[in-house]
Amino acid sequence: MDIMNKARVKSPWVLHFNCGSCNGCDIEILAALAPRFDVERFGIINIGNPKQADVLLVTGPANRRNFRVLKNLYDQMPETKVVIVVGSCGSTGGVFYNCPNVLGGVDKVVPVDVYVPGCAARPEQIIDGFILGLQKLAEKGKKKVEGR
Amino acid sequence: MPDPVLSYALPVLLLAAFPFIGGLLRGIDRKITAHMQSRIGPPVLQPFYDVIKLWGKKPFITSQFQPVLAFGYLGFSLMAAAILVFRLDLLLLLFTVATADVCLVAASFNSKSPYSHIGGMRELLSVLSYEPVMIMSIISIYFATRSFLVGGIFSLAYPLLLLLPGVFVAMGFVLIVEMKKSPFDISASMHAHQEIVRGVFTEFSGYTMAMVELGHWVKMMLILSIMAYFWAPNLLIGVGLALLLFFVSLVVDNIYPRLTWQRMLKTTWTFGFTLILANLVALFLLGGV
Repeated sequence: MDIMNKARVKSPWVLHFNCGSCNGCDIEILAALAPRFDVERFGIINIGNPKQADVLLVTGPANRRNFRVLKNLYDQMPETKVVIVVGSCGSTGGVFYNCPNVLGGVDKVVPVDVYVPGCAARPEQIIDGFILGLQKLAEKGKKKVEGR
Repeated sequence: MPDPVLSYALPVLLLAAFPFIGGLLRGIDRKITAHMQSRIGPPVLQPFYDVIKLWGKKPFITSQFQPVLAFGYLGFSLMAAAILVFRLDLLLLLFTVATADVCLVAASFNSKSPYSHIGGMRELLSVLSYEPVMIMSIISIYFATRSFLVGGIFSLAYPLLLLLPGVFVAMGFVLIVEMKKSPFDISASMHAHQEIVRGVFTEFSGYTMAMVELGHWVKMMLILSIMAYFWAPNLLIGVGLALLLFFVSLVVDNIYPRLTWQRMLKTTWTFGFTLILANLVALFLLGGV
């Protein structure tokens, strides 16, 4: 199953969900996709379809309005999958910490594998977060094989 | 007495190589597209990584019928490829390709997702836009060779392209629609434009998506092979021609935005039909028939 894990690491398709972010982190994510950083050289595609995605990339704090959508998207993604949170708001709630309408970090709703802090997180940091996330994806893949 | 190696072993090998060459071409396509956008782009083997990964994902089936239809898409595409490499009937090939498309559309209608439904409708429209052009092309090939068999193309002493240059260009439109490339990519979307999520592919995931992807490669190879047969006396030149048209379709993909379905039908039908009819009239007047 080594080939399978290699393919898994080499082709992470991304579902990007904006959970009420200020769009700062989203612009940095788009910058990572654009020619200067070009994450497609690692096989990363912004696929926009939870059923085919491997990585859930969330920006912004989880709030009472959209946490159901976030949960739904997470549940629609088939295994193996990882969740990467980009930005301070998504990691802890950030400046929205303790607001009545905000639940806090994304980890209050779905299990998070990698936190990329920063306001806004830079594309280099996002790529670093991706590398960490892919290592976790490979670990999960190995566990899946042993679990059989 | 036909040579058994040439008439059986070689076509079977070619058929087995079809998905691999198709995947490589998809990889080269993504690399060239990236370079046109001043990016580095993924490795050439990227489509294979994608398909292997998709195969390993946990199955997420939205209806019992969906895997059957996904397999049907791949199976009928392969059957059409087999008809081509064994040099059988071109009309039968056309109907088999249409059946493969019907499988894809039926699978997209087999769920409640509105995105999938819109994608399915648009896929039907793209079938409507390229199928008549393909039928006319095959009828033109009949007028040139007096046979609907693929073998008829090979029995000609001179290349088909000299008789039917207009039909060759019209087949270029079919190639772009079939590859779901930019002016005509209304039914499915990759990368940035996601207003219908992934259109006709939305409800596929895991191994069903892998099968659809493989079927897509085979169909792309099918059209490219028909183009290569336009220079049948020396197939190396034919392959070169097909690759040239492949490259042209990538250039068109990168410089044109997506059209609406009305403009797509107008474009393929007016250019396709005009080219083919002009070609046929010239053929009749010059007495080539």
